[in-house]
Amino acid sequence: MKQFATLFARIDETTKTRVKVDALASYLSAAPPEDRVWMIALFTGRRPKRAVTATRLREWAAEVAGLPDWLFEESYHVVGDLAETISLVLPDPTHEVDHSLTHWITTIKALAGVEENQRKAAVIAAWDSLVPDQRFLFNKLLTGGFRMGVSAKLMTRALAISTGQDEATLTHKLMGSWSPETTTWEHLIETEDPTADLSRPYPFYLAHPVDVPDDLGAPSDWHAERKWDGIRGQFIHRGGAHYIWSRGEEVMTDRFPELAQLADFLPDGTVIDGELLAFADEAPLGFNALQKRIGLKKVPAKALRDSPVIFMAYDLLEHAGADIRQTAFAERRALLIDMLRDVPAQIPIRLSQEVAFKTWDDLAKVRSLSRDHNVEGLMIKRKDSPYLAGRKRGDWWKWKVDPLTIDAVMIYAQSGHGRRANLFTDYTFAVWNGEELTPFTKAYSGLTDAEFREVTAWVRKNTLQKFGPVRQVKPHHVFEIAFEGIQPSSRHKSGVALRFPRMLRWRKDKPVDEANTLDDLNEMLKLYG
Amino acid sequence: MADVLTFTDSGIYCPAGDFFIDPWRPVPKALITHGHSDHARPDMGRYLATEGTAPVMQYRLGPEARIDTVRYGEARRIGDAKVSFHPAGHVPGSAQIRVEVKGEVWVASGDYKTVDDGLSEAFDAVPCHAFITESTFGLPIFKWTPQEVLAQQLNDWWQANAAAGRASIVGAYALGKAQRLMRAVDAGIGPMLTVTAVENTNEVLRAQGVNLPETSRITEDVSAKSHPGALIIATPGSTTHNWVRRFPGAATAFASGWMSMRGVRRRRGTDRGFVVSDHADWDGLNAAIKATGAEKIFVTHGYTGTFQRYLAEQGYDAHVVSTEYTGDDAEDAA
Repeated sequence: MKQFATLFARIDETTKTRVKVDALASYLSAAPPEDRVWMIALFTGRRPKRAVTATRLREWAAEVAGLPDWLFEESYHVVGDLAETISLVLPDPTHEVDHSLTHWITTIKALAGVEENQRKAAVIAAWDSLVPDQRFLFNKLLTGGFRMGVSAKLMTRALAISTGQDEATLTHKLMGSWSPETTTWEHLIETEDPTADLSRPYPFYLAHPVDVPDDLGAPSDWHAERKWDGIRGQFIHRGGAHYIWSRGEEVMTDRFPELAQLADFLPDGTVIDGELLAFADEAPLGFNALQKRIGLKKVPAKALRDSPVIFMAYDLLEHAGADIRQTAFAERRALLIDMLRDVPAQIPIRLSQEVAFKTWDDLAKVRSLSRDHNVEGLMIKRKDSPYLAGRKRGDWWKWKVDPLTIDAVMIYAQSGHGRRANLFTDYTFAVWNGEELTPFTKAYSGLTDAEFREVTAWVRKNTLQKFGPVRQVKPHHVFEIAFEGIQPSSRHKSGVALRFPRMLRWRKDKPVDEANTLDDLNEMLKLYG
Repeated sequence: MADVLTFTDSGIYCPAGDFFIDPWRPVPKALITHGHSDHARPDMGRYLATEGTAPVMQYRLGPEARIDTVRYGEARRIGDAKVSFHPAGHVPGSAQIRVEVKGEVWVASGDYKTVDDGLSEAFDAVPCHAFITESTFGLPIFKWTPQEVLAQQLNDWWQANAAAGRASIVGAYALGKAQRLMRAVDAGIGPMLTVTAVENTNEVLRAQGVNLPETSRITEDVSAKSHPGALIIATPGSTTHNWVRRFPGAATAFASGWMSMRGVRRRRGTDRGFVVSDHADWDGLNAAIKATGAEKIFVTHGYTGTFQRYLAEQGYDAHVVSTEYTGDDAEDAA
């Protein structure tokens, strides 16, 4: 664990990519093979399951530290991270030991099968044998929330350096369903076996945002289509079976049973990149409808009726069993069109239609109507581009529709978590409802650090009342709130819920009585809800 | 019986002596605990501070400020109040102010820490009936690294950077923290450089007899070439200034109690965070309060509500009072 803690410290204390990659590569060369596999698993989202509930951990930590529960809770609120809070409040260990990463993960996994009092004793014994930085990592593994500021991409680059294999090959090897318990370093990394896992998707190619496409050059070099607002996914049909993968590298095959029939119409040896969409009468139902389906592992008939899902096809990655990602997009698309041509309309798959345009101005007009079509904007793809892995600049762009905005009054402020623990960064906003201010959303991003500091100083001096960590402040400051969508909501006093609300700018120029009203918000709900 | 001290819109006030302690609005008579800008503010009629605090105040407030001085432990009578200043261990010259009226003793502690930093006069617990305390780090998550471990960490970091041909820039407050770091490190590792705000404070402190290692001010002609492997003591705000460019590839660090929180460390974006503060940590606050024997506690700044509740649960008659002291604040740590 000492090796792993050193790796973590080196990664955590730098913002330089090169330093992070070096640290990872040297760990991958020096650590025992089983620790390496666990490290790769941790960095690719294959974390051990939460072994103890957060509630129990809080109780045990408060008890060992001799603190009242409420004080532990307040400390947790300030730190914003349970694992870190525990490692900070506990007394120093009485007997330090240095076990391997695999040892501690095995210890954690064993907790699932024992009685609670044994579990408690094992956790407290572990705390008492680990120095604070290792204790923090142990807690992270224990709570199942392991994140380290290293992307799978960075980890793959380090793996490429330490093994001499190329990055794309490694990326492919690491996709799909494996776990350190079912594989070994030898099998996962050293062995060449491309057919090992038929379910394996290709790494997704992601677009960069563009503000003004005019600089992209001749419109004739580019293909445009709508940016559908669903879940990006791959439909895989190989070896007689089908698989659906989300961009988050999650297998979602069973969550969308209606898509099983696609396998009857698409040839074996096919991988299509596309979007999972709630869709009826040839139009999207909105993300809200899809959201209702995402959480369901078993899908009742009612959900299938109310929120039917289709696969909106963008691109063909594998054709007749061959990886065709290096051929030009236009050619891949032609093959995709061919493949879908004879699929009957009742089968839930659609080709994402091309948006024809001659000039960028034409395209801008189409984009401005995006909200009417329930789409997020446009995708612009270079016709001769290969299908790359990850977020790469140059060939694929997303041109999103401008967000909806409303001017609102800040009425509550709360300090942030973690990085922003000593600043007021979480605000509640209200609009006018006659003489009253009705709260309608919270937002906590969009300001610069300097602005957050300025607001923090202001909040300290203009607090009307404190409710625990929340401060009610003088209604004085107006912020322009941007959001992607608006829906009716019975849970909120205002009757609406916003999607992705954030602060676009601080309207210091605007007096508080010129903020928007609840009527304005209801008008938006009528138009876009 | 009337309160020895009261809390007003202008600051902590003593009716019996008609003076204020660390006021934030202009008043005729101000007793000052220490020279930091949230405690020693401009535009007071007259100031009274310790001999160790007065020079820095004079430098910061300008020659017009009328500052009288007092020695630690020396009793003064002001009106019907008996007043004396006692070491607070926060920065050189910092004091807790003891006020006695008709046998009732109250102590206003300003900012303080209980560990000996090897620079400031060590904290001295003053028995009293009522104790006015800060709570900048008043949560059990704050536990300071022992001074000798800290010195080792600083030396190791500086040495490794110097060996790799890099300068080491550490951000710390100009008064107190900066000098504490200078005294803690092994001056044999390499040259020590300072930014103007730090060097000016060094000069004031040296003139009053504080022993500091040799440092050079960063001027136009000072660079990584002229001073290879240097340790640079900089104020938190100065690390974005032009001089930084003359030290390409320098390793950066920040020295603050907030550095014990990973989130704050990451937000600063420095390579390294050293956990060191001139305020008391959780154990320090609780030990100091216990040592005064006071039953009545007023919490002025920091995690006031939380700390007050904890103290109340421990049986103290604890209150939160609203002040404009910032302690070691978000703005500094950001």
